[in-house]
Amino acid sequence: MNATGLKRIFWITGAVLFAAGLAGWYDRFAHGHVNANYGSIVTWGLWVAAYIYFIGLSAGSFLISSLVYVFDLRRFERIGRLAVFTAVVTLFLALLSIWADLGHMARAWHVIVYANFKSPMAWMIWLYSAYFLLLVAELWFLLRADLVAGSGAPGAKGAIYRLISLGSRDQSPAALARDRRVVRVLATIGVPVAIMFHGGVGALFGVVAARPHWHSGLFPILFLLSALVSGGALLTLITAIFQDGWRRNRDTVLTLGRMVLGLLLLDVLFQASEILVAVRGGIPGHVEGLKLVIAGPFWWVFWGWQLLLGTLIPIVLLAAPTRRNPRWVSLAGLLIAVGFLGVRLNIVIPGLAAEEIRGLSRAIASARMTTAYLPSASEWLLTFGVVGLGLLLFGLGEWLLPKEELSWAGDGHRADVHAEETSHVRA
Amino acid sequence: MSVESEAPCLSRRDLVQRLLGAGAGALATALGAGASMASLATAPPARAAVPEGGLPTRRKFRYGMVIDTRRCVGCRACVVACKAENKTPPGVSYTVVVEEAVANRFDDKPIFMTKPCFHCENPPCVDVCPVSATFKRERDGLVVIDYDRCIGCRYCITGCPYGARSFDFGENYAPVASATAYAQVPSPEYGQFRRRTDASPVGNVRKCTFCLHLQDAEGRYDKAAGRWPACAKTCTGHAIFFGDFNDPESEVARLVRERQPVRLKEELGTEPNVHYLL
Repeated sequence: MNATGLKRIFWITGAVLFAAGLAGWYDRFAHGHVNANYGSIVTWGLWVAAYIYFIGLSAGSFLISSLVYVFDLRRFERIGRLAVFTAVVTLFLALLSIWADLGHMARAWHVIVYANFKSPMAWMIWLYSAYFLLLVAELWFLLRADLVAGSGAPGAKGAIYRLISLGSRDQSPAALARDRRVVRVLATIGVPVAIMFHGGVGALFGVVAARPHWHSGLFPILFLLSALVSGGALLTLITAIFQDGWRRNRDTVLTLGRMVLGLLLLDVLFQASEILVAVRGGIPGHVEGLKLVIAGPFWWVFWGWQLLLGTLIPIVLLAAPTRRNPRWVSLAGLLIAVGFLGVRLNIVIPGLAAEEIRGLSRAIASARMTTAYLPSASEWLLTFGVVGLGLLLFGLGEWLLPKEELSWAGDGHRADVHAEETSHVRA
Repeated sequence: MSVESEAPCLSRRDLVQRLLGAGAGALATALGAGASMASLATAPPARAAVPEGGLPTRRKFRYGMVIDTRRCVGCRACVVACKAENKTPPGVSYTVVVEEAVANRFDDKPIFMTKPCFHCENPPCVDVCPVSATFKRERDGLVVIDYDRCIGCRYCITGCPYGARSFDFGENYAPVASATAYAQVPSPEYGQFRRRTDASPVGNVRKCTFCLHLQDAEGRYDKAAGRWPACAKTCTGHAIFFGDFNDPESEVARLVRERQPVRLKEELGTEPNVHYLL
């Protein structure tokens, strides 16, 4: 199938998922939480899992972009802006998911006004608000020169460029240098902010002593690692399919694949450490959640989704000779990106699905007081809608974002890349 | 080109220094996050430093319960009385009776345990609330929820080790849903007398309040006048003792002093104000 055909399938998939999501959103707004399946024991469900999944993708791809803008790793320069764009889109999807999960969506502003800084959640919200603003500003400065250059173009694209450029006209070298300085400062501030807010998401779970499955000092670290793995994997896939990246970014895809493999193996090490210590320790409360993960009603989420699809097959694809073929490497990226949703589900739900007090779920007859949880139709629909919106936004970005060839530094910059590479050889 | 004047080429040493710099940043980050987490700054004094009988408190009252499981027959009148008093919707029960089978007993009677909110001295649910919507009252130590501030994130439900909190999904019993006269009676909870609509407390987390709407202006309950938590008032076997632990003459203070009560999950350091006699 040719590229146009694939693109059409992509757009249709995005639109269909988005339209299905409208039903979920309608239900959420019209009936609140009545049609959601979580209760007062498993009180967080698919939407929270989707939230930590998307926000992990965001933190991961942002941290990878910092390799370019903070650590001057020119090898990834071609995907720097793509990584920041991915971070913005996935953060937006994350915020939509968690917004729907709130009992009172209209009170989301309370966390800014009444923040309780003893709560990791308050920290997380403040930090990701700052991170969101920072990301948008960084992306704007990254694109500004291209927006200005393209704003003369006729048609919708030129008009959108004019609108987003916010009246900026300056194309002088001095302005480009300023953009570069601003991006460097923003990206440098962004690194600790991203580590803090995503570590904070892990801490949000880690501090809960009432849920032994979560209560581990390893959690913030695991969250950061899984963020890097899943964000890197998604970026590998996007690099391959975005704007003819297949041909243009072949080497970058392969390099990303190597990096993701390393991160994934490190993640496996940490996960194994967490699981083995808990199992061997044998304290019933700690093991209860793990038993659910490994042998509970949703054992296949661990063995099939997370381990086989999201870990083992990608490791083989990225380590075997298939690692030299961008097609297989981007497939591995896709598998990891999808597989890590299983990782997120396996954090949120088994951690909650053990009764805090034995017999609690039998004490009153209510579907809200049960350890069984399967997302309801409207939960699924809303999440599909969020994914669909993500596809549409990426499609829009594919059309709208300037290709890297029109890079802000122009050809002179490319020459410097070569100069730098040779200087590395000399060093 | 002036764009490149800043760092035209980067040596390995520079890169290492940059990475180290970022590492220090990450460390500072971790420390900052660590200090904010848990309640390190407000950790309770070490257990050994606390005089027997509980933490020193400036509070006027320290309300709590002693529940004698041997007197409990498992009739669940407390559950129903609580429902009638607070008009809680389906799926929301401020007290429940859990039962646990016990091996090697002469009869096959399990242990029944009625379980309200324990109004802990160190409530983990309070510290996790991102908007301070749930808090421990200064006057009497009751853990309460501000329905108008709560955003419904349910973090406190995950934070409570005792399953004492539940989310109001907006479901209704049939007579309430069909707007009978009963549905028009507001809930006296917190003395706010809210009618059942789709506004708060729908979409909020809810929990036992020790029926604090029955307190007088000074914060006192009166058993003789019937201003007493509904579950304790109704208990057929007189298994639920309620009172003020700050008053050494109270029934609950005496029971804790003279008997050997236990509290659940002591290892978490939550210091529940509900004790059980086994």
